[in-house]
Amino acid sequence: MGHVVSAPGKTAAESPRPQKNYLNEQSGLWSWLTTVDHKRIGIMYLIGIAIAFLLGGLMALLVRLTLLTPDHKIFGSSTPILSAEAYNQVFTLHGAIMVFLFIIPSVPAALGNFVLPLMLGAKDVAFPRLNLVSWYIYVIGAIMAVASILLGGIDTGWTFYTPYSTTTGGAVTLMTMAAFVLGFSSIFTGINFIATVHKLRAPGMGWFQMPLFVWGIYSTAIIQVLATPVLGITLVLLALERVFNVGIFDARLGGDPVLFQHFFWFYSHPAVYIMILPGMAIISELMPTFSRKTIFGYRAIAFSSIAIALISFIVWGHHMFVSGQSQMASVIFSFLTFLVAIPSGIKVLNWVATMYKGNVSLEAPMLYAISFLLLFSIGGLTGLFLGALSTDVHLTDTYFIVAHFHYVMMGGTVIAFIGGLHYWWPKMTGRMYNEFWAKVACALTFIGFNMTFLTQFFLGSQGMPRRYYNYLDQFQPLHAFSTFGSWVLGLGLFITAGCLLASLRKPYDAPDNPWGGTTLEWATQSPPITHNFEGQPVLEREPYDYRPVGAKVGH
Amino acid sequence: MEWIRSLMLPLQGSEFAKEVDSLYMFIFWLSVVLFIGITIATLYFAWAFRFKPGRRTEHIAHNATLELAWTIIPLFIVIGIFFWGVNGYTKYAVAPGDAFQVQVVGKKWLWQFEYPDGSRYVNEIHLPVGKPVQFIMTSEDVLHDFFIPTMRVKHDVVPGRYTSVWFTPAVAGNHHVACAEYCGKGHSDMAAKIVVESQAAYELWVKEGPADLNRPPVEVGRDQYEAKGCNTCHSIDGTRGQGPSWKGIWGQKHKMKDGSEILVDENYVRESILNPQAHILEGYEAIMPAFQGLLREKELAGLIAYIKSLQ
Repeated sequence: MGHVVSAPGKTAAESPRPQKNYLNEQSGLWSWLTTVDHKRIGIMYLIGIAIAFLLGGLMALLVRLTLLTPDHKIFGSSTPILSAEAYNQVFTLHGAIMVFLFIIPSVPAALGNFVLPLMLGAKDVAFPRLNLVSWYIYVIGAIMAVASILLGGIDTGWTFYTPYSTTTGGAVTLMTMAAFVLGFSSIFTGINFIATVHKLRAPGMGWFQMPLFVWGIYSTAIIQVLATPVLGITLVLLALERVFNVGIFDARLGGDPVLFQHFFWFYSHPAVYIMILPGMAIISELMPTFSRKTIFGYRAIAFSSIAIALISFIVWGHHMFVSGQSQMASVIFSFLTFLVAIPSGIKVLNWVATMYKGNVSLEAPMLYAISFLLLFSIGGLTGLFLGALSTDVHLTDTYFIVAHFHYVMMGGTVIAFIGGLHYWWPKMTGRMYNEFWAKVACALTFIGFNMTFLTQFFLGSQGMPRRYYNYLDQFQPLHAFSTFGSWVLGLGLFITAGCLLASLRKPYDAPDNPWGGTTLEWATQSPPITHNFEGQPVLEREPYDYRPVGAKVGH
Repeated sequence: MEWIRSLMLPLQGSEFAKEVDSLYMFIFWLSVVLFIGITIATLYFAWAFRFKPGRRTEHIAHNATLELAWTIIPLFIVIGIFFWGVNGYTKYAVAPGDAFQVQVVGKKWLWQFEYPDGSRYVNEIHLPVGKPVQFIMTSEDVLHDFFIPTMRVKHDVVPGRYTSVWFTPAVAGNHHVACAEYCGKGHSDMAAKIVVESQAAYELWVKEGPADLNRPPVEVGRDQYEAKGCNTCHSIDGTRGQGPSWKGIWGQKHKMKDGSEILVDENYVRESILNPQAHILEGYEAIMPAFQGLLREKELAGLIAYIKSLQ
């Protein structure tokens, strides 16, 4: 069961094509809009977040283009690419769209929905209808967010800091309500996954026989359920203050602007781990599969996911070392922040060690996994500068922060997401993408990413604050280089999208288990039938066990 | 090694800056070593154990010694970094009792300074080298952040409460102050200049004021236009900013929000600077801070003369 070790790139001829699968069993738009099949809902999420990523990405390119020259003009044009007001709106929307519409739902809601029940050997998630409701709530939230762009836009930054956010014009209330609604989508998905993991594991699958992807998504779900309500409450308070002048955060009305930051980061720091844990979860799948060797330190990786999830709740104050919070609080938060470095470091070393004495092939998903290792290491190590109090005072609110969180969020999560998308693409669509173009795109993305964001560490440490429309002339060369990098990065991502989409024009050609994976999703056909498996699969071996069948089994 | 530091970090304007930089450079070299180690291991394993059909892999599930080692050693390292950071932070947080105190008000989009003798300055102050100075800061509107890269200090400026930063300027010259907390359209233009100079030069500046005022008023006005941050919102070439451009407005009739019309003359300009909320031009928002008490009479006259000259 599911432990067939095959050479990569096995062709369709070796595994005969199924007639029926979840994609063609029913057809028509209505069958999609009313589906309760977790795989179809996963695909619908994938379409939603792809659109969001495109929008957010185009905005990022626009922001970088505006910063190409100090006067914001190119090719001798007389008007700037963006005015200061428009620039502020575009970087705000870039952040809000990327965080709330793309990265938070990316791995859990799109890939997780598709893969998690398959990995558990289940027919579906525990609450299939709630799953569909989550998707509709996501769409409603997305429409509200887009509407707020059309109805005046917002210029608060994605962090909505008061009192700026309660006094500026534009559709701030609508945008905060959009984030509020999106929060419920996130909460429902989290509840669904927790219940699914607890109740729907295949016979023979104890907690420590679960794939590590499941551990990562499970940890994420805990944070989603516990932290997201705080964001909801905070945004409602913000809307109350904006609409009814209730003095909660505004000092003129007797409120405290720093209180908003505490509330906001109490959610948004755990949210950072809502974003990165699923990325780590994907890497924990890719590393053993493409090394054809068991994962090194299964329990350490599983427990470090839980440890990260728990510690993530008590480090929010490290966003606020210079905000005016108490100095003792800053010292304590700094200490706790360093603790979270340990489980993250353990994971990286475990992944590297997994390759040792393996049989390592470098298909596109593995190239993404290796990219992740390098980029996430930079993201993690630069976190040390920011966790330490005296260096953080200099670096916070500069481009150093921008670079750091892009290395974690994009170099980490997004790269892992794209790697996972390639990995499960044959399972999801029944087609193999073009390996050559996928590798080219991966290389361009890696190079472009580093050009764009490595530069920004230097900008930041030299004293360039973030969210700046105008900048001192001394920063121009680095800004220009970063903008050039964004073009390479954009090209890489467009080729990725083109390469994946082009495969859809082919007939089904993917084998059931193209990579020789050991987890249960590879034990069913590609694409799977609507009920996932013929009969109830039973787990006979632990995941990532690459020993020949018949060898002594167990850790 | 100094050139590597200067590639990343600006001029060290104080002893505190050197202290911050030493920790920065320690973490930097630590990161470089760890990153190169991880990279080499990853690439070496990918090459040495590259795919060969039929190669059997070893079943290595874990190694307690190795795992304990790479949990405990990093733990000690990060705790060391933590204490080093706290050590610097304590110096940043506790100002010496004899520090020269300057009151700072941040507002969209300028920095206003008040010295103990009551004299006020906008966007430019002078300080003597070697004397500790503490800035007691608050905001009149939204959050701002007082950031001096060369001094490695930064703190949010919050409405309704006081925050502070302090340092001892050690290097004479101009030090840039930036706003590092997003505050709207003029955020990136909310800059100030701290001129650090010898005690003698500083005393002369205190005595004579920020600029030589015994010049033709138009020249004084042109300097004030930049020194007081008028240029953040008012252009002199006709482009529309957060406030109306000054070009060609002298002698015109301005239509106000309340429907009335006012002739742009000496009295109107004077009122618009000292008490801008009194009359708001149609199409603009009432966001300009009042300059009552922030301008000397000659500076005000200079600004009026300067606007008059922009025909």
